[in-house]
Amino acid sequence: MSQFVYLYRMTEAARQDAMGTPARAQQNMQRWMAWMNDLDKQGHLKDRGQPLERTGKVVRGQQKTVTDGPFTEAKDLVGGFTLVEARDIDQAVELSRGCPILDGGGSVEVRPIMKMDM
Amino acid sequence: MELSEHLFRRESGRLVAALVRIFGVHNLALAEDVVQDAFCRALEVWKVRGIPDNPAGWLMSVAKHRALDIVRREKTASTFAAELSQVLASEWTLVPGIEEAFADSTIRDEQLRMMFSSCDPRLPEEVQVALVLNILCGFGAGEIAAAFLTSRAAMEKRISRGKKSLASSQRLFDLADAEFAPRLSAVRRALYLLFNEGYHGASAETAVRIDLCREAIRLTMLLLESPQTASPETQALAALMHLHAAKLPARLDSEGDLNPLLEQDRTRWDTRLVEQGLALLDQSAAGTVVSAFHIEAAIAAVHATARSVDETDWGAIVGLYDRLMAMAPSPVVALNRAIAIGQHDGPAQGLEALGAISDSERLDRYPFYPAAIGELEFRRGNQEGARTHFLEAAALARNDVERRFLERRVRECGD
Repeated sequence: MSQFVYLYRMTEAARQDAMGTPARAQQNMQRWMAWMNDLDKQGHLKDRGQPLERTGKVVRGQQKTVTDGPFTEAKDLVGGFTLVEARDIDQAVELSRGCPILDGGGSVEVRPIMKMDM
Repeated sequence: MELSEHLFRRESGRLVAALVRIFGVHNLALAEDVVQDAFCRALEVWKVRGIPDNPAGWLMSVAKHRALDIVRREKTASTFAAELSQVLASEWTLVPGIEEAFADSTIRDEQLRMMFSSCDPRLPEEVQVALVLNILCGFGAGEIAAAFLTSRAAMEKRISRGKKSLASSQRLFDLADAEFAPRLSAVRRALYLLFNEGYHGASAETAVRIDLCREAIRLTMLLLESPQTASPETQALAALMHLHAAKLPARLDSEGDLNPLLEQDRTRWDTRLVEQGLALLDQSAAGTVVSAFHIEAAIAAVHATARSVDETDWGAIVGLYDRLMAMAPSPVVALNRAIAIGQHDGPAQGLEALGAISDSERLDRYPFYPAAIGELEFRRGNQEGARTHFLEAAALARNDVERRFLERRVRECGD
């Protein structure tokens, strides 16, 4: 088994829209819960991860200039991550297809965690 | 931990009420943004940590913190609710002031005031009802449009028109205002329309219609929680809604097909709602006022307590319709009276009463006028005449539910 990180990306507008009305919020929440629980039950969920604030700072270059978030220049903001375990990248990708963020116009970036014991 | 049904919809109405208390009604959009933000935050956090033990409390605490941030960041507290400007201006009173805005009793009072503000007679009734559904019940424009069979764009326009008018008012309606009594009537009227939309309405989706009825009952019960608004007339309205809602499980089947009163399986009526309705009707009789709601509730009570169509006291019902005609005459009331006469005295007398409706041209587009003639013709053995009238009725049907029902009637008349 290998480990992968799912990075959830979404624009702010799409994020607001996904929770746009109480009914949509309810539905979206239920689908996320169902998907996460599914991953968990099948033994793929290593760590539910952490949500990230949409604001922050960026430190850039040798000048170490600090700029404030929200990062308006970034179209898709990383909103959080989850650690999963899968046979290989194909299975990790397959499992990510159920993620509700995809229906809301977001994306899941599937990144293998580098194996350090070799 | 499972999400309770309609959690977000319910909390939306409560949180907006508390936030409007703080920000003022002119900042309604800001209040809605804060609620929206709390929902987004809930998604991010709950999907990682699971649903908290008290999801409503969690959402409220996020909204509270956000409100505190916003007020602190804005240097001049006068930007927000004039009624709270003193409280918000000082750091000493700010935190308790915000806590107070989120207290159950404040939320209840603010929801009442929001209801009263939404039912401004300067706004058309359809706008009033749309505002109540959107702000107090948390329905989106798309859902309200679906329930009323209008386009989403038209509904958005209707809602934004209403919100503009709300936002331009300096403050929410004050229940101590001189206009209180007429405004309370307007509120009851809007809730009555809301309930009727669920009960008789256009949506083919049973679940949608039951939701509308439930919300109308919930808001009417909110009126009953406050002594100022809990008048006998409000109690009668609540009684009426309970007694009708009791029949919903038998009235609409899972396919959304309509079963008329005379054909309902009465074992499917909700006996608890009947009991609550009868108790409310009892309470409503305490005063000296007899309103149209009282009479309508009394009619519903006669039906609700009859074990079958044959055991129904049709004489009492005709008498009640006579009183209703004297108080609030309308062609639809006259039509229902004629149907009751048809049950009490026989189809010929019913047809005669139908023919005697004075302004029956106002029923020209109303499918249940020819349908009532059809029913009575059918009962006196004139199948061909019945068929003609049911065909006429089906052509007037305003939605699929009515059309399916009336076409079934046509088929039952044979070829």
